[in-house]
Amino acid sequence: MTLLSGPPHVITVGAGLLQESLDAQAVPTTAVAWRPPLPGTADALARVLADPRLPAANERAVGRLTSARPQLVGVRRASEVLALPELMFLHAGPPIDWERASGPMRGALIGAMLLEEYAHDVPAAEHLLASGRVRLEPCHRHATVGPMAGVVSPSMWMLEVLDTEHGGTAYCSLNEGLGKVLRYGAYGPEVLDRLHWMDRVLGPVLSAAIELSGPIDLRALIAQALQMGDELHNRNRAATSLLLRELAPWVVEAAAGSAAEVLRFVNGNDHFFLNAAMAAGKVSTDAARDVPGSSMVVAMARNGTDFGVQVSGLGDRWFTGPAGVPDGLYLGAYGPADANPDIGDSTITETSGLGGFAMAASPAIVRFVGGEVADAVAATRSMYEITLAEHPAYQIPGLGFRGTPVGIDLTLVARTGVLPVVNTGIAGRVAGTGQVGAGLVKPPVEAFTSALMALADCAD
Amino acid sequence: MTRDAVLLRKGVYHDSVTLMRVSRSLSDLPGMQVAIVAMATELNLGLARDLGFDLPPADPGDLLVALRGDGVDTAAGELDQALARLSASRTQAADQPPLTTRSAAKAPADLVLVSVPGEHAFCEALDAIHAGLPVMIFSDGVPVAQERRLKLLAEERDVLVMGPDCGTAVIAGAGLGFANVLRPGPVGLVAASGTGAQQVTSLLDQAGAGVSHVLGVGGRDLSAEVGGLSTMRALRMLDDDPATELIVLVSKPPDPAVARAVRDVVETLRTPVVSALLGERDLTAAAEEALRALGRPVPAWESWPGWSPTSTYTKLKGIYSGGTLCAEARLIAGSGEFTDYGDDAYTRGRAHPMIDPTLRLEALAQVEPGDVVLMDVVLGHGADPDPAASLASAIAHVTARTAHHAPSHATGHGAATVIVALIGTEGDPQGLHRQAAAFREAGATVFTSNAQAARHARNLL
Repeated sequence: MTLLSGPPHVITVGAGLLQESLDAQAVPTTAVAWRPPLPGTADALARVLADPRLPAANERAVGRLTSARPQLVGVRRASEVLALPELMFLHAGPPIDWERASGPMRGALIGAMLLEEYAHDVPAAEHLLASGRVRLEPCHRHATVGPMAGVVSPSMWMLEVLDTEHGGTAYCSLNEGLGKVLRYGAYGPEVLDRLHWMDRVLGPVLSAAIELSGPIDLRALIAQALQMGDELHNRNRAATSLLLRELAPWVVEAAAGSAAEVLRFVNGNDHFFLNAAMAAGKVSTDAARDVPGSSMVVAMARNGTDFGVQVSGLGDRWFTGPAGVPDGLYLGAYGPADANPDIGDSTITETSGLGGFAMAASPAIVRFVGGEVADAVAATRSMYEITLAEHPAYQIPGLGFRGTPVGIDLTLVARTGVLPVVNTGIAGRVAGTGQVGAGLVKPPVEAFTSALMALADCAD
Repeated sequence: MTRDAVLLRKGVYHDSVTLMRVSRSLSDLPGMQVAIVAMATELNLGLARDLGFDLPPADPGDLLVALRGDGVDTAAGELDQALARLSASRTQAADQPPLTTRSAAKAPADLVLVSVPGEHAFCEALDAIHAGLPVMIFSDGVPVAQERRLKLLAEERDVLVMGPDCGTAVIAGAGLGFANVLRPGPVGLVAASGTGAQQVTSLLDQAGAGVSHVLGVGGRDLSAEVGGLSTMRALRMLDDDPATELIVLVSKPPDPAVARAVRDVVETLRTPVVSALLGERDLTAAAEEALRALGRPVPAWESWPGWSPTSTYTKLKGIYSGGTLCAEARLIAGSGEFTDYGDDAYTRGRAHPMIDPTLRLEALAQVEPGDVVLMDVVLGHGADPDPAASLASAIAHVTARTAHHAPSHATGHGAATVIVALIGTEGDPQGLHRQAAAFREAGATVFTSNAQAARHARNLL
């Protein structure tokens, strides 16, 4: 009990008048810039915060998230590792059907129908998809994440990432590059040709290379890339280079004949590492799932129509709101009218303390997502206000090697009204267009408030 | 030309006291009739609607501005400046100010002072306890179940919860909330009543005895539901404090079972305890008892006679800002019409009467010939920086307005008189003697002891 030992340093939260009277007495203070919680959340907040399980539950959830040790252990066909019977695809975001699917999601599904030869032309593919005979399930339900449309079909090669700390495994497809690609909903001949090449050459070569190299420590690689100016969502140039450096000798040993084209392809795609970062994020957040009473977000994902959130203490229930249209810069002559609402599982990077949350580490992308370096620093700083911890391994040099903000807490989002900062690519609205830009997107507030209400309903 | 202007600002938040001060400065502009600057809560929207404003749909998170008068545009301009000044002072501090107590508590601190609206106080107080910090909850309107939960958790974490509805605390000379400037000394207070503590400490100060700490516990701490958890903890803390030689416990009558538990704790203390339980012993008597326990002389408490016309007084009106002072005066006077304007019923949507005199000014305007008006004026940090500025002229008006009423045989009514219980110290920013002089000049009789003021009022009737 040291309270009475001398004049106190006071944290003030509330009326400015009381703060002023302490200032007048020269009492040292720290003022909280308090504002009322999101409308309608006051009761739910009080109930969730009064749950005696909460502090320990959140400590456990964020502890598991930040202690995960994701390692790239293999590249394997989806049909080998995922339960994907014929006429079933995985997709990004919360559950959706053909009826409600947006342009790029439909485009990617059509492309996957053609790739798997479930249909021989576009009208036949559309017909079958619209008939309801094709099963669609979220990637997240299958220990998988997919960028943009995130469509996974049986023949695709998947990165296999193992969490050596907790034993979980997660998967993500191989990155096709930028421009007209399946994940942005393009399904033209050049898209399918590339996918066939990936199926024939890239997948088998990488698989053999990793077999030779042994596990690649993604946690260490991500930590290095952050210090080299990546935030691991919209900028993966350093991480891709590091991965390429690790893999190159093994690729040559595994398949000397194809090594040049494989290495050239990876080198030509600055986003190649994104899919590995996503699988690393997924395996880490999955380790934090199902902690009873925890208010920590374990998934944020979009299907192009809805933005969904999953919470550690709420099992695999999704809480959704309408996906917003990103605010950003456009390629060529594209503009906001061409943009599809937000899409993809890549927000798993933000959920695991990277991407928008690590923006301060990545001054190079700040202009691209519309802003100045100071905005990037402010974005990361504001995320510390809604997260439970600072990542012990993922650090930001510009902030004095402070750990990235990690572990989004629903109660802090509701209390502060501050929503997660999400960096993202922008897909074209019309099926088959591909990428039209990149920018920042604001998640819908109701996804977070409805999750909070549900948590309040099962509070002790 | 008089006209209405209604504006909504999205995403601008300021606390109600700050906004009320902005409203007041706008209302004072020439030509303005009404100026409401408030968060668009149901309550505030209702107030504006009752005044005949036509309002667009609004969220509680919006800032509502409703202006009426012939200088509406000037007022709107002034408003922008006033708000700009407020936000400037907010953003200067740091790049990212902490948005929650949880965030602020990551840096070293000793105490958290919570004064957000009562429905939101629980979250902030909980953050403090989880961070292992003592917390003073100035906010009122916190449900008793939440108070109980906070105090039980505080037992586990070994920290003190002062409040909710804790108006006063003094920690090693730092005044929190409504607090007087007191000379340092040997007396420590544990108080379930803010104004009660202010009365006792102001009298001790006047007698030359100083105060070590004032630990508020909140008006419900000694109820059966809460069980005196903070009172018992505060008593032990003062007992362990080397600066405290005597403890004064100020409270309304506690729940009998809780009183027994507190007494058991008191018996284990090395430090003597004087208790001032309202109904058993008035606050002035408690201060006197404390002085005797310290072996100090009890002075004649300062008072200044005012203009007391020979008259027939028929009715006692108590218009109070302090709940405990009001209850004490009512008990001593025995009869009369007493109103505690500091009660929740009067402070919903407006500042405490110790800051905002409006309601008591209205009450003074209603005074009739033959009335004896008894009122408290509480000085110190947090209170109105110059209460006499508004109240003294209203009092002068009362005496002038009723002075010509000679005692009439027909009605028995004569002039009205005003008695002020002035609670404060010479060290207070407002200055006890400066305020006393202003009230005397206005014709009021001024006492520094509320009990004596109440007795004087009773004797006039």
